[in-house]
Amino acid sequence: MKLPLIQMVDVYKAFGDNKVLIGTNLTIFERQVTTIIGKSGGGKSVLLKHIIGLMEPDSGKILFRGRSLSEMQNAEKKVLKRKSSYVFQGTALFDSITVFENIALPLKEKTSLKKSEIAGRVREKMDQLDLRGIDNKYPSQLSGGMKKRVALARALVTDPEIVLFDEPTTGLDPIRKNAVHKMISDYQKQFGFTGVVVSHEIPDIFYISQRVAMLEEGRIVFEGSPEEIQQTSDAVVQNFIHGLERGHEKISGIESHYQGTKRIKEEMARLQLYNTAFSIVIFSVDNLDEINEKLGPTAGLTIITNLANELQILTRPTDTCYRFGLNKIILLLPNTNKEQTLELCETLAEQMKGKDIFDLTPHFGFCLYISASYTEGQRDLSYEEMLLQTHSMQNMFYEFKVC
Amino acid sequence: MKNTEQNPISIVSFPVLALGRKTIFMVQELGRIALFFIKGFLLIFSFPLQISKTIEQIYFIGTKSILVICLTGAFTGMVLGLQGYYTLVKFGSEGVLGSVVALSLIRELGPVLSAIMVIGRAGSAMAAEIGIMRISEQIDALETMDINPLRFLISPRIAAALISFPLLTALFDVIGIFGGYLTGSLLLGIDRGVYLYRAETSVMMKDIAGGFYKSFAFAVVVVTICCFQGYYTHTRKEGFGAKGVSLSTTSAVVISSVLVLIVDYVMTSFLI
Repeated sequence: MKLPLIQMVDVYKAFGDNKVLIGTNLTIFERQVTTIIGKSGGGKSVLLKHIIGLMEPDSGKILFRGRSLSEMQNAEKKVLKRKSSYVFQGTALFDSITVFENIALPLKEKTSLKKSEIAGRVREKMDQLDLRGIDNKYPSQLSGGMKKRVALARALVTDPEIVLFDEPTTGLDPIRKNAVHKMISDYQKQFGFTGVVVSHEIPDIFYISQRVAMLEEGRIVFEGSPEEIQQTSDAVVQNFIHGLERGHEKISGIESHYQGTKRIKEEMARLQLYNTAFSIVIFSVDNLDEINEKLGPTAGLTIITNLANELQILTRPTDTCYRFGLNKIILLLPNTNKEQTLELCETLAEQMKGKDIFDLTPHFGFCLYISASYTEGQRDLSYEEMLLQTHSMQNMFYEFKVC
Repeated sequence: MKNTEQNPISIVSFPVLALGRKTIFMVQELGRIALFFIKGFLLIFSFPLQISKTIEQIYFIGTKSILVICLTGAFTGMVLGLQGYYTLVKFGSEGVLGSVVALSLIRELGPVLSAIMVIGRAGSAMAAEIGIMRISEQIDALETMDINPLRFLISPRIAAALISFPLLTALFDVIGIFGGYLTGSLLLGIDRGVYLYRAETSVMMKDIAGGFYKSFAFAVVVVTICCFQGYYTHTRKEGFGAKGVSLSTTSAVVISSVLVLIVDYVMTSFLI
């Protein structure tokens, strides 16, 4: 069983009459990326600042490996601070010194490294974050995205054990955003740091997180894995993640899980009322975890997006794709019975075999598995039962494997 | 207000309470300022010494103030020469002009005017720079890196002010004495030898030491107030962000200028 690294126990914080944290309880496990989601202005940054010690709670405790921060000696706090890094939402770069000096500052001030060693480490981080050639520029001469990456480089240059990211990708274009997510994920795997990320990038952030917590009205209303948050029946959580998800999914051309569920339930109602047939097909990338682990989080996302785009091209205009969980896409086929679905699926399987939909070259010894199964809507089947039936092996029609 | 209308006792107690609150606040604030300075001062001597940062600040506070100090010193001396001559000539004592100019500058005008010029040139800049660092979370960033912001930002400025203020005062005094010489001797015809002889003989070591004590005290006052105002910009209730920084800069200049004059009076009354 994993031991908690940081625990917030019944933390209260108010600024005058504005109560920001109202009995917040949160557990952060070692060597995991925990994402905190919640409405803007809901106190996520305040929560993060409590963890790093920039703010102190009015009441409640923050425990580090079971030891209360308030009871720690100054020397212990210093050790903890040296192990931690913080990426500020507004970057907080020192505007009167150059980019190079900004990144080098924590090394220069807190280590006894030689100048050449510091320069080497700074350049390595700058290369990794695509920041070449801007050593002598000042932060005010950089774009917002570049500033974000400089701030990331400064936070990671000391190879910290705990990194707190306050909206690291806000204001970045989709390519840079994915690059930052990939970098957080890669670094986490490489160095095994404990990450706490405040982010609104749903569902992208779920790919790199092992845990997700939602802050609502000053309290943590959900803590669990990304899969669990997507399956939770909590209306507040569902409304929040789907409200956000809709916009994001439309960018990649796929409708959200929420929209999909709504449309399937509408078809079920039509079946009950007018006896109009409909079917669903679930495409599942079976080894997404392995893909994310070996090829990075953007690879998984690319596969899902490409698969959905290809399905939209190959199917009829009335058929719609919906995102369903992290690794699944549901294809809804209105006015289609079992026979028609089977026929359609066979054609689809034939057409897809020749397509290079994955846009990636798997590593030697690495295989990618995609399966698809179908079912027809029935009057006596509930939504959940229908999904369960679709997942059953006897309805499987397509298995794709590329090695 | 409703209470004061209902209860006649509170009409009397309200101003007393308000005064008490204000007094307590001021005492607390003074305590915070004193602690701010003490911590910043002691951190000057923490290892590794921040020599390059201190030199940078000496350049900013001291070197870059030389021109303005020379100009104000020269014109202050010149006007003292003019005024002094036309006053002393009425009593037939224009020969002591050298003493008047030198003593006025060394004891009072040198330290006070140097401090006020540095407040305008460097003090306001210090408050604004630190204030902007505060509101843009740069000071928080230092804390997250386990870099003590007091040591990193304030200590080099305190050290630089303690070094620069006496040197600028000395420069002001010398330039001022020559300014008086320009008007008194070259323009108005007082014997050059008499002016310089009087200036030299009337100035005692005690006067010079007094002037330097003052300049040290002013350095402490100016750097502490200006840095304090910038450092705690975020706690201002009357304005946030850019407005907060502007208010901090204004407060830094006004409070430190007034305090320089008050401290000058207090110190003079002890030194005289």
